[in-house]
Amino acid sequence: MSEHYTLLVNGAEHAVGDAWLGESLLYVLRERLGQFGAKGACEQGECGSCSVLVDGVLVCSCLVLAASAVGRAITTVEGLTPGGELSAVQQAFVDQGAVQCGFCTPGLVVTVHELLERRPRPSDLEVREALSGNLCRCTGYGRILAAVQAAAEARAADD
Amino acid sequence: MTDLATTARQRGAIGESPVRPDGRAKVQGQFAFSSDINADGMRWGATLRSPHPYARIVRLDPSPAWRMPGVEAVITADDVPGQLTYGLISQDQPVFARDVVRYVGEPIAAVAADHPETCRRALAAIVVEYDVRPPLIDPEVAVAGTHEPIHPDGNVHRHQRIVRGDPEATGPVVVEGTYEIGMQDQAFLGLEAALAVPDPGGTGVELHIATQWLHEDRKQVAACLGLTPEKVRLVLGGVGGAFGAREDISLQVHCCLLALRTGRPVKMQYGREESFFGHVHRHPARIWMRHHATADGRIVRIDARFLLDGGAYASTSSAVLVNAITHTQGPYACENAVVEGWAVRTNNPPCGAMRGFGVVQACFAHEGQMDKLAVACGLEPVEIRLRNAMRTGDRLITGQVVESVAPVERCIRETAALPMPDEPVGGFDGDPMRLPGGAGRTADTGDVRRGVGFAVAIKNLMYSEGFDDYSTARCRLGDGVARLKFATAEVGQGFVTVAQQIARSVLGVDEVVLEAMDTEIGSAGSTSASRQTWMSGGAVDAACRAVRERMFEHVGRIHGVEPLRLVVDGTDVVDQLGSLRVSVAEATKGVAFDETVEYHHRPTEDLDADGQGNCHTAFAFVAHRAVVDVDPELGLVKVIQVATAQDVGRALNPLSVIGQIEGGIAQGLGLAVMEEIVIADGRIRNPSFTDYLLPTSLDAPEVVAALIEEPDPQAPLGAKGVGEPPCISVTPAIVAAIRAATGRDISRVPVRPQDICLH
Repeated sequence: MSEHYTLLVNGAEHAVGDAWLGESLLYVLRERLGQFGAKGACEQGECGSCSVLVDGVLVCSCLVLAASAVGRAITTVEGLTPGGELSAVQQAFVDQGAVQCGFCTPGLVVTVHELLERRPRPSDLEVREALSGNLCRCTGYGRILAAVQAAAEARAADD
Repeated sequence: MTDLATTARQRGAIGESPVRPDGRAKVQGQFAFSSDINADGMRWGATLRSPHPYARIVRLDPSPAWRMPGVEAVITADDVPGQLTYGLISQDQPVFARDVVRYVGEPIAAVAADHPETCRRALAAIVVEYDVRPPLIDPEVAVAGTHEPIHPDGNVHRHQRIVRGDPEATGPVVVEGTYEIGMQDQAFLGLEAALAVPDPGGTGVELHIATQWLHEDRKQVAACLGLTPEKVRLVLGGVGGAFGAREDISLQVHCCLLALRTGRPVKMQYGREESFFGHVHRHPARIWMRHHATADGRIVRIDARFLLDGGAYASTSSAVLVNAITHTQGPYACENAVVEGWAVRTNNPPCGAMRGFGVVQACFAHEGQMDKLAVACGLEPVEIRLRNAMRTGDRLITGQVVESVAPVERCIRETAALPMPDEPVGGFDGDPMRLPGGAGRTADTGDVRRGVGFAVAIKNLMYSEGFDDYSTARCRLGDGVARLKFATAEVGQGFVTVAQQIARSVLGVDEVVLEAMDTEIGSAGSTSASRQTWMSGGAVDAACRAVRERMFEHVGRIHGVEPLRLVVDGTDVVDQLGSLRVSVAEATKGVAFDETVEYHHRPTEDLDADGQGNCHTAFAFVAHRAVVDVDPELGLVKVIQVATAQDVGRALNPLSVIGQIEGGIAQGLGLAVMEEIVIADGRIRNPSFTDYLLPTSLDAPEVVAALIEEPDPQAPLGAKGVGEPPCISVTPAIVAAIRAATGRDISRVPVRPQDICLH
């Protein structure tokens, strides 16, 4: 049952050895590669805490088998800003009070990055729909929605 | 959403809204939650749970699990070296069931192995034979006493009455109703997780844990491990939300036992389904109330009966019951009352703390009654509430005088004055996404009716009934840097931010270092009951003031100035009567002042047999107005706007206060229209986020909030707790709006589509 394969995570190749093929991408990222940015909170693709990009597509990494992501470019929250600086989205989340316990935050940050790449100036309703797969239990979403608009403005100002 | 100025950010002192010190790590995915902590040589732990609500264990044979490769420990009740049971108030819950299981999900055994999948297979290999018994499911049966005791402590967690004034007093207007509240889940995102690391030789253990109260956990864990508390060290792992669900022990004892048994670090982590079995929930309740009033709507007497289903074990049921019944009257003056309260044991899942702690249930009932009273007296909902609004100095039905600042009338008036939504049904552009049913696109604009509802709440702050829930903090000051140490559980609420603000304001420093939150210092009490800003804030404030006295003595000695003349002004120490001005950084160069302080709130009392006594510490107040669109034919609901004015005492960090308000409103909205743990025959039917519905960004209403700042003289910083009030009266306000939109007499939450359209 044990397998060896390589995953391309945030631009770097990672060897995965002695792994059970049934392991999710979320499990392998966290428990085998030590990248704890993606969080597990429902294991059903309902909460979005485990959101990552696979070849630029937003996925719930709890629903993706790690072995099926071989040969694809995986981007996690750790890979959004390789230099350690905060992106406009991350900065807005901090400044606007969008972070409380922070468990949903990495997944939301990945989701908002994907949204703003696709729709640089989304309407309130577009933001709500894009974020509706990311559950947050602390904030009631108000500050998160404010952060998305602030991030969109900051990104537009940078262009 | 609330319009909030966040620009006036100077040095992060009290009253400003500096950013969270952990914000940067959290947005980068670098913040270590308890599930993110691993250790070399670590093994995984997992729990075997009962599939039956009530059964005798006839045979338990763990040996097949032992024979599986990769399995390193299998433990049962026989392997518990210390106390076999635990619990917050009464120790009635077994670490592992030995002879009897009393709810679906009760732990029976635990394993440690090299991989979570090995654990799963090992649990499946353990042989358990049951003699299944008829479960006690109906809480009324527990009250009636007709079922055999399902626990040696009997089937009643607590019975408490309140009798005040004239039990025969009445008035020309009488309204009554029976209200039901479903079982709500705290549904924190960060699942239960811990890492236990054994000391060499197994003489002790270190537990990294997401909890609300490190020292209480340590006390219970150490007792079950048969170790002295000093041998059990707890370190706060990052906490992914709590809302009451981390007050009780879940995996703490199991994880430590497995680590001590294997001699290796052991990590345990619940999945979402297991989390529904692994922590307590909000008590489902059935509440009857009858209000007697004068013709002009003034409350004369309230009769009430509360029945809370506490489930299989005691947890905090007795305290939740007292909170519920002592809030029967709501934020209204009332001289006469007869209240009967029951919290009973059943074979349903155990219930305990959740944000609001009994008051959510009471408020749903008393606010339903106030609306009935308004109709009976021909008054508007706002007017009936204004006429009865409690004031500072009024007596509660427990006889306790409300000494807290009580701006109930202001809460009502300011909420009513907040702007109504200008958005028409379906939104300005008629987008079906703005209609009830949302993405289902099922409602037609022409069918949708809009309703407005109003509700008000009172909530006690801190622990009650004689409990001394003190908090400890240490401050060290040297070279212009303050270092704070406390065991306060940061669960997301932002105490870490407020603690830094307090130190900056008191000491005039810019840099405030927060040391690890662990059991190396005295208890901080629990992060619950809206108490940490008051209690741990009070402790941090007192520790910083003690250090400041040392600094003033030091500066006074050097400069020949009487220390009493010195004050902190900005970041300087200043002589009020002279010309001396020296920066705090300069004044503390090369010195180290170190003070540890305990903060205690004033003592409270137990209730007597008639429910009389000064049982509560302090109170906060809040009002909510909800605007809701309803499609009565389809039973679909969309909450458009929630307006609120909240009595906060003093907003130490306005941005954090708004975060608590918006978050609490979302949870109250969840209880109002979607969240319920559905139980059938003692089994949870929806233990997943697919079937237990939580509010999403599309469900979140516009929130308009006004903060009422009347600093409370009893509060160390003038600030009241702000965590719980937002989730209390929002639920009845939303339901009142649904009643207004549909004309239906809805008396149960969550309101389901069939409650609206099949009524």
